[in-house]
Amino acid sequence: MSLTSVQVEYIAELARLELTAEEKVRFAAQLSQILDHAARLQEVDTSAIPPTATVLPLRSVMREDVVRSSLSQEDVLTNAPAVEDGCFRVPVILDQSG
Amino acid sequence: MLHDLTIHEAASQLRQGQFSAVELTEAVLDRILGVDNRVKAYLTLTPETALAQAAEADAALATARRAGEAEELPALLGIPLAIKDVITVEGVETTCGSRILAGYVAPYQAAAVDRLRAAGAVILGKTNTDEFAMGSSTENSGYFVTHNPWDLSRVPGGSSGGSAAAVAADACLGALGSDTGGSVRQPAALCGIVGLKPSYGRVSRYGLVAFASSLDQIGPLAKDVTDAALLLGVIAGHDPRDSTSVDAPAPDFAAALRPGADLSGLRVGVPREYFVPGMQPEVEEAVRAAVAKLAELGAEVREVTLPHTDLALPVYYLIAPAEASANLARYDGVRYGLRVPGETLWEMYRRTRGEGFGPEVKRRIMLGTYALSAGYYDAYYLKAQQVRTLIKQDFEQALCEVDVIACPTTPTTAFPIGEKADDPLGMYLSDIFTLSVNLAGICGLSVPCGFDAAGLPIGLQLIAGAFDEEILLSAAFAYEQATTWRARRPVLTGDPE
Repeated sequence: MSLTSVQVEYIAELARLELTAEEKVRFAAQLSQILDHAARLQEVDTSAIPPTATVLPLRSVMREDVVRSSLSQEDVLTNAPAVEDGCFRVPVILDQSG
Repeated sequence: MLHDLTIHEAASQLRQGQFSAVELTEAVLDRILGVDNRVKAYLTLTPETALAQAAEADAALATARRAGEAEELPALLGIPLAIKDVITVEGVETTCGSRILAGYVAPYQAAAVDRLRAAGAVILGKTNTDEFAMGSSTENSGYFVTHNPWDLSRVPGGSSGGSAAAVAADACLGALGSDTGGSVRQPAALCGIVGLKPSYGRVSRYGLVAFASSLDQIGPLAKDVTDAALLLGVIAGHDPRDSTSVDAPAPDFAAALRPGADLSGLRVGVPREYFVPGMQPEVEEAVRAAVAKLAELGAEVREVTLPHTDLALPVYYLIAPAEASANLARYDGVRYGLRVPGETLWEMYRRTRGEGFGPEVKRRIMLGTYALSAGYYDAYYLKAQQVRTLIKQDFEQALCEVDVIACPTTPTTAFPIGEKADDPLGMYLSDIFTLSVNLAGICGLSVPCGFDAAGLPIGLQLIAGAFDEEILLSAAFAYEQATTWRARRPVLTGDPE
């Protein structure tokens, strides 16, 4: 299969990745090659096979709803690129399409 | 030389007072100074902290000796170890081999590192890794390439290549790595050391920066099987901070290793699908000879089949990137790491991630995003999860007939740096023998079983069922003790250049 550059742009947008023109071409080719390889899976009859999301039988591991110590606000802000009033400062969010 | 010692040798000699913990750490730091400019295993060294930790160990040793309690000291007291840079050490830069986390100082520490420290270990520093653990050669590190101590023009394997090279070069007495598709076992094989991937759930993933949450495990890289067992014993165990960590007691793995024990009663399975055209003939020869050795030691060897083996690669390269695309969504320039400014939040995200991530990471994020996207989820991700069930069932079936599976760890020995740079799929193929073990969630290790004509190490992989690390380790130990591969070391003079 061959991913078009429109498809590559769409995936990059979903993943919030800015790609150069060269990267778009290179990734389209490399991803297509990998997906071709993955097409093998279509030959396998899995109609009666449940998916494995996790190998352990654990489900919904719970704990008591009790407040426990965690990172301090100071710790959390230690690596922040920009801080204001104890919050992470970010550029304005204009609208959904940014 | 002190840096040549194994963990168990050093631990015993420290207790006997043959040298101090500070002397041991100093000796290893000197060794690092002498070889790491060529091997380049370390991203960050923490010598002052290490020496302070070693001094604490000496104080504990002195107190215990006075009280006549040297035998009850913590297992790794004074032992200098290295930590792969995808595992957090509090107060130390953790980059995950990525530019997007340059300067990120971890405000929290991995459970596995807490356990090492509680056992008295000394932390030397953080080792190089393929970016976010994605790769099989450590060439995808955003910083520099690590070189194989056996041949500096070749890769050490990956993604735990820094840890493997450091152990092989005696630049630490042991190390932690992480294994998602083979990233502890494959570099262990290429560097001629022991590398173990515990069963999923055996070791807490708290503090292991997530790549693929249903596949990742922290594992030890060590100079011999006893050391690997010691390290596993310290890091294994339930952790309430990791809801996928299993609430089962961790046995004393080192106690399972009995010198002189033979393998009678052990059933070994050799999977026919793991000897493929295109693999290096010397690797096949060495592994078959190792299997013959297991038989000589009393094991009952038979062929088994893992029919869905050839599907492991496509399954892995859909599931792992899909999970990674979710796990790496957090790198957005908001709270930590690199921020590339933008007029809007969205622009900041795109530019930060575009600039901060390397090509392999971007490739995998895109692959994963695609596999999870509307219209493709069923055909790719869901399908892969169904085939994953078949792969898991293959092992369950085979491990009813045998106790342990023996096969190659890798199809070839260490390849030259740069050889697979433009061939991502070719690179992925170096993990064909290791991927299935992560998909099934069971345990596996690589132990040295020979060298090729160029003097490059070859690894034997042993695989056992979930939570059967004792079987794995005792089989590996018996093989190791009956052979002398460990006597051969890479030739690296300690002279600074």
